[in-house]
Amino acid sequence: MPVTTLNGREVHVDDEGFLTEYDEWDEDLAKVLAANIGIDLTDDHWTVIRFLRDDFKTQGETATTRRVQTVGGVSTKDQFTLFPKKPAKKMAYIAGLPKPHGCV
Amino acid sequence: MTTTETAAPVVPDFGDDTESTRKIAFICSKGNLDMAYPALILANAALGEGVECHVFFTFWGFDMIMKSRMNDLKFTPTGNTAMHMPVGDIRIPQALAPVPGMQAMATHMLKKQIADLGVPEVPDFLDQIVAAGGHLWACRMSADMNKVDESDLRDDVEGIINASDFIELTEGAQLLFI
Repeated sequence: MPVTTLNGREVHVDDEGFLTEYDEWDEDLAKVLAANIGIDLTDDHWTVIRFLRDDFKTQGETATTRRVQTVGGVSTKDQFTLFPKKPAKKMAYIAGLPKPHGCV
Repeated sequence: MTTTETAAPVVPDFGDDTESTRKIAFICSKGNLDMAYPALILANAALGEGVECHVFFTFWGFDMIMKSRMNDLKFTPTGNTAMHMPVGDIRIPQALAPVPGMQAMATHMLKKQIADLGVPEVPDFLDQIVAAGGHLWACRMSADMNKVDESDLRDDVEGIINASDFIELTEGAQLLFI
């Protein structure tokens, strides 16, 4: 499994660059990850990121766009505004989680 | 002299630098509940990948966007030999399919299976697709056949267009007929 250096330390990533170890993430790293893909994190971004982290802990898998809307309370429209073009993947990347498996 | 290699960090490419020209159009021609979903799921996935998406409703697909019918889509095992019981993998015999009550039961079963996956009902799903940037279109000929107009359809249907309009609209697009 590849290892890359981010924020001055080594983290395990998959071939695409998504973090593979839940505990290797922290909020500082999130800022670096976001910057890597051109996103400046605002409070609204953090709401989503924190929801994804907490939800992953209880569900064992990354929340889909729909779950972020119905359970996380962030509308689909807002998700597209905060994380343009590919919200599901971007949100997962910044939150240090795998890409969501579910379809909706 | 020792040299240390510092590799550039592995960062996924989310396609932000490339101007995406990919476009997909889904033609929804069916009104049974099961056939409403394939286009919606794929359209939703395409939108989540930043692909421009158009969904065109024609013939029985109109039921998916008509205010008076969209909450009431049904499913029947009639003519569908692939429907199996959830337990034991037994096919539902076609002779049983037209029995009164079968349609309601099959519809109920299908809805439950879909809801268990967290997938929304058709009207809510279309809300999500529109919120994600999808475009909904209605077929002129079907509107004329059914004698309906814009007021009978969802408010977010962008227009009732004819076949030529559709062909123009989908220039360069991938087409999927459902």
